[in-house]
Amino acid sequence: MVEVTSWGRLTRHQHRVIPVTDRNQPGLSAAPGSSIAHGMGRSYGDVCLNGGGAIWQMRGLDRLISFDQGSGRLRCEAGVLLQDIQRLMIPRGWMLPVTPGTQIVTVGGAIANDVHGKNHHVVGSFGDCVTRLCLHRTSGEVIECGPELEQDWFAATVGGIGLTGVITEVELQLRATRGPWLSTETIPYDSLDEFFALADDSESGWEHTVSWIDCLAKQGRGIFMRGNHVGEQDMPLPRARSRSVPVTPPVSVINRLTLPPMNWSYYQLQKRRRGTGTAHYESFFYPLDNLHDWNRLYGPRGFYQYQCVLPRESGESGIAAMLSAISRSGEGSFLAVLKTFGNREALGMLSFPRPGVTLALDFPNHGHQTLKLFEALDSIVAEAGGRLYPAKDARMPRHLFEAGYPGLDNFISFRDPGISSEMSRRLMGS
Amino acid sequence: MNTYQRIVIVGATSAIAEHCARLWVTRSPDELVLVGRHQEKTEAVAADLRTRAPGVSISVRMADFQSPGNIQQLVDELTTRRAVDLVLIAHGSLPDQGMCQADLSLANEALDINAISPVLFAEAFSGAMERVGQGCIAIIGSVAGDRGRKSNYIYGAAKGLVERYAQGLDHRLGATKVRVALIKPGPTDTPMTAHLKNSGPALASVEEVAQCIVKGVDKRKPVIYAPGKWNIIMLVIKLLPRFVFNKVNI
Repeated sequence: MVEVTSWGRLTRHQHRVIPVTDRNQPGLSAAPGSSIAHGMGRSYGDVCLNGGGAIWQMRGLDRLISFDQGSGRLRCEAGVLLQDIQRLMIPRGWMLPVTPGTQIVTVGGAIANDVHGKNHHVVGSFGDCVTRLCLHRTSGEVIECGPELEQDWFAATVGGIGLTGVITEVELQLRATRGPWLSTETIPYDSLDEFFALADDSESGWEHTVSWIDCLAKQGRGIFMRGNHVGEQDMPLPRARSRSVPVTPPVSVINRLTLPPMNWSYYQLQKRRRGTGTAHYESFFYPLDNLHDWNRLYGPRGFYQYQCVLPRESGESGIAAMLSAISRSGEGSFLAVLKTFGNREALGMLSFPRPGVTLALDFPNHGHQTLKLFEALDSIVAEAGGRLYPAKDARMPRHLFEAGYPGLDNFISFRDPGISSEMSRRLMGS
Repeated sequence: MNTYQRIVIVGATSAIAEHCARLWVTRSPDELVLVGRHQEKTEAVAADLRTRAPGVSISVRMADFQSPGNIQQLVDELTTRRAVDLVLIAHGSLPDQGMCQADLSLANEALDINAISPVLFAEAFSGAMERVGQGCIAIIGSVAGDRGRKSNYIYGAAKGLVERYAQGLDHRLGATKVRVALIKPGPTDTPMTAHLKNSGPALASVEEVAQCIVKGVDKRKPVIYAPGKWNIIMLVIKLLPRFVFNKVNI
């Protein structure tokens, strides 16, 4: 048995680790009891954990299978990292159409959580670039599915948080790219109204939009960033520099004393960088990937992420209500992201993205006090008709999950009875 | 940076070997030959490398790793047409020490695949390389070969044999341009060690280990610890007096 933790480092339960190395014979039936596929453990809560039980370690399935330079179709195993695809394919003129805020995740995990990027309003979520996948069930059955093949299985598996089977092999449609550069614009904003105006205004002319929000400022000030891909630039490629957080500090570095000056200085610093510029895709998409183990900064007790999406109609007031609940609580967040989603429904039965506005926040784990704040935020989300993101979640109540995901009833019949996670037991009872 | 034009990897499905191959193919060698025991698994590695480096000719050869005749024949075939610039001998398996103690046939198998077989491959290549007067033989040993300890001494003994062999081979070829490199990875995060995580020192990532190996081979080092810190750690372990060492639970 081995201690396994996820990115939030909230628990460290013992797991039996079963490596999967052969995509044709993953050996899933070898697990007595239940198990769940586990990639890089970059989800924040318990979606990838199965304390006391087993996990299938998918990193051994990290081979590419084929690539068609003409069409941009890539076949690969499910444990391949997005980073591997980006670094190999961008010099050849192709890249992933959708990428989350870290590229150190597996393709299988990106599908199972149907992750999204800054360009959701243009290309949708990760499931939208999957043309085919191969799903192994613990019964030994193998199901090939895609947007035009076994569509029900596809819709259950995309965003299906690993519960329909184990994704072993994937075919992706990459997009053509002219190089690694983006032209960017950084715009400070001083209120939520300003944020929404900027977001709406950027939707037609900008592919990537995102904003950092200072959740300690009452008005909701922040920094809006937008970007478009551009061709070759007469600029040197950035040198690969990476650092890591070598030890876990005894208490969270992000705390009540440090947060106000951190948020203030980040805002002032970014405000000075207002205006247009050119950025390399790695620094634009993955600003934290060069700081390895940054999750250690939250100390030994770990941290929670809280990410919700609210429909647009109720979202503007809902976000304001959440910000004021946070400032009343005395808790605070540094990595706070506010972004609008495009007007499209995701294809997965349990996919998180939907039209509206999404707010993502991180909170050092202060136990009861933090959970108390989440209850207050939950009621705002429920009232607004929103939902929480399973990939980030470690604690949402079952009723909120059920209310937020109307596709759940349909989903249940696609579950693999040999697969279970801490999250599935918490939110689905098994 | 050396560009080895013709590279052979024995035990190509080993995670460390596979990651070394990924680094080497980015340098556009002419040809890479993958030697394996399982056709399908080795083909999967070849397909991956072809996708990464479409310009490199990559082929797959099967061999019985425990048959001296088969090894000799394969190496003859690989070396007659054209010289091999670099061979990486990477196969092995990490047996459970307790089970080896309980079942001699498992101990026998472990000694065979981790010691005898790599030595036979190296011996076969050394003859061919000596004749053409060039080439590099890189063999994956292990830090476990540096000092026997109770938790894995059957494996350690096999890797220790490989070390003594590499030393002798290096001595024999000292006057030629053929080089021998003994690679000693520390505990590495691979499928072979999935059950060991957290139970000992932090495992190095296989990417990091592969980078150390590729760099070490470039620098023509005779012994490559990967990562380099294991050189110091093992020096301390080797120097521990017996009365202290035997009290340590490692």
